[in-house]
Amino acid sequence: MWPAAPRQQYGAVRAALFVTCLVDGVVPQVAKATVRVLERVGVTVEMPWEQTCCGQMHVNTGYPREAIPLVRNHVAAFEGHDAIVVPSGSCTAAIRHQHADVARLAGDAALAGAAEAIAARTWELSEFLVDVLGVTDVGAYFPHRVTYHPTCHSLRLLRVGQRPLQLLRAVEGIDLVELPGAEQCCGFGGTFALKNPAVSSAMLADKIAAVRRTGAAYAAAGDASCLLHIGGGLSRLSTGIGTRHLAEILATTRRQR
Amino acid sequence: MTFLGMPTAPPGVGQLRQEVPFPVAAARALEDSQLRRNLGHATSTIRAKRAAAVAEVADWQELRAAGAAIKDDVLAHLDRYLLQLEEQVTARGGTVHWAGDANEANQIVAGLIRATGQRHVVKVKSMATQEIGLNEALAAAGIEATETDLAELIVQLGHDRPSHILVPAIHRNRNQIRDIFLREMPDAPADLSDEPVELAAAARAHLRRKFLAAQVAISGANFAIAETGTLAVVESEGNGRMCLTLPRTLITVMGIEKILPAWRDLEVFLQLLPRSSTAERMNPYTSMWAGAVEGQDFHLVLLDNGRTATLADPRGRAALRCIRCSACLNVCPVYERTGGHAYGSVYPGPIGAVLSPQLTGVADNPDLPFASSLCGACFEVCPVAIDIPAMLVHLRSRVVDDKREHHHGPTPEAAAMRGLAWAMSDARRWAWALRAGHAGRLLGRRYGRIRHLPGPLAAWTSSRDLPRPPRQTFRDWWRSERPGEDGA
Repeated sequence: MWPAAPRQQYGAVRAALFVTCLVDGVVPQVAKATVRVLERVGVTVEMPWEQTCCGQMHVNTGYPREAIPLVRNHVAAFEGHDAIVVPSGSCTAAIRHQHADVARLAGDAALAGAAEAIAARTWELSEFLVDVLGVTDVGAYFPHRVTYHPTCHSLRLLRVGQRPLQLLRAVEGIDLVELPGAEQCCGFGGTFALKNPAVSSAMLADKIAAVRRTGAAYAAAGDASCLLHIGGGLSRLSTGIGTRHLAEILATTRRQR
Repeated sequence: MTFLGMPTAPPGVGQLRQEVPFPVAAARALEDSQLRRNLGHATSTIRAKRAAAVAEVADWQELRAAGAAIKDDVLAHLDRYLLQLEEQVTARGGTVHWAGDANEANQIVAGLIRATGQRHVVKVKSMATQEIGLNEALAAAGIEATETDLAELIVQLGHDRPSHILVPAIHRNRNQIRDIFLREMPDAPADLSDEPVELAAAARAHLRRKFLAAQVAISGANFAIAETGTLAVVESEGNGRMCLTLPRTLITVMGIEKILPAWRDLEVFLQLLPRSSTAERMNPYTSMWAGAVEGQDFHLVLLDNGRTATLADPRGRAALRCIRCSACLNVCPVYERTGGHAYGSVYPGPIGAVLSPQLTGVADNPDLPFASSLCGACFEVCPVAIDIPAMLVHLRSRVVDDKREHHHGPTPEAAAMRGLAWAMSDARRWAWALRAGHAGRLLGRRYGRIRHLPGPLAAWTSSRDLPRPPRQTFRDWWRSERPGEDGA
């Protein structure tokens, strides 16, 4: 359990939440959970109102020019904030690895510089908790069998490594089981899921088979987008297996379900 | 950006272009349960072996960096190194030919063979000659070429196409190979079983006769040393050694990017290549030669075929570092399921998805840069550190730009992207768009989840449900929960 009075320990930390467009519109419970976890460990959460989307879908589908106003908007929205937390490995990776590039495509060196500065103080949720706050036990209680899919961009672009698992292992009551072939892509891939639906579905079928082998009640991940895909397949096949974002598991306590 | 002026690989010859759009070819391949089993087994086996072979090398990351740096130097000074190579090969009794594209290369090789009076040649496995369709061009000129690599022989006898860079018959299992041998190899024993030892013995006996009769051999090259004029072929079966030494005339067709500056650079690549490709510490046969020995002729055909055009794109040129190890194919979740034929090119998988469209120009391979979930497994294993995912993203923008230039008015996708970007570049507009998305709640009212989406989004619900949109977006929740904190 979390030691008493965490706020005294971390009360000085303020962080801006980058909700991400998908979470905002489709799975808002992930952002609510992120707020709950952060506040529980004493972080004052701010919600920059001008934020929208990181533009990753535009860049990755071949429309970096269309992403220019999105990067501009993101930089304007988060410019005054010292720490930015994102409940998505993929969107964090876009901010770190794409934003400055998009700004340079616009020929805007000042924007590129500002984007780089923002990227340097942007963290994916597990990075923020483990690296910035030095917390692994957030006082969560989740008495279920869970298997964790590491998601490609968290794994290979951010290299978050063991951080999400460290957080999950500290959850009271959790029965965390290893996912066979965890590092294999689930087949989401953004617009890949629409442009190559057959291949995407074949990859999903194998991921679902791996999830089922674990006997888990929930498949967890740090990206709502991958979970939308995995969960969409689990639901279509009426497997009875649910999905939970890392933040949702960490937000659940004995008192607050 | 356009890359006019640099010729790309010509159409109508060789094998670099998709005939069927990738999503369609892939969907068909996915239905082939035999293919899925063969590929799944083969790729997972070699993947584990490669990981073990690489883990033995403590300075693997430094080797990768060195490999990338050496190749980048070659690409930056290709003009100089090519002339140096020509000079060295010529000084050692070889003849160098320059081929701008597949047609020129095929003509040069056919002419050289014709001059020998021979009508039969043996071949070492070579990607460059597959790329330019040399066997077909030679057949049209009345010359029969025999592939001597076991897997290439299986492909050739099966009237098939290679589906993997290193293991061209990876899509075949031993039952299928037995059938091909019995059908197409007149000297195969009638009681041939599907035991690998028996299959290999049958092929060996068949090929031995070809080796001893051949007067002309054709090879590719893994490396060419500019400093010394040395050509290198690495292989596992010894067929290459036979071809490179027995016949009177040797013709080597090589992409211009295969150069290494100096002899000592081989030290890096002879570690990187075998461990990445066959998961061996060292490949069984490494043949090297410089020029021609007395009584033999050596011709080197330097092939461009779209490589200079590839070099012209600063964000795409690193694809020319590729040493054809095929590690990226073996780890690719897309390749593992579709196999190589779906890509339409002799270069399948992740490297093919970035190389083929650059060699042909993106207009001729517009689907390939999109044939990836951008999972990044390829970049992780690439022995010359080609950032394939970033390059795929870049090439996607070239495809989009090409369509923008050549289509009247925006494509529906471009219009949707632009509309979305307009909505997303302002928080107020975006909040309105999200609220409009609530209409989607209607679609999910029956099951509590959406089972059928309209239009292009139907591809999503072909295999996946979508949760019913929430009553309240996050920002609306925040506004209602925390009045005064919304900055409005």
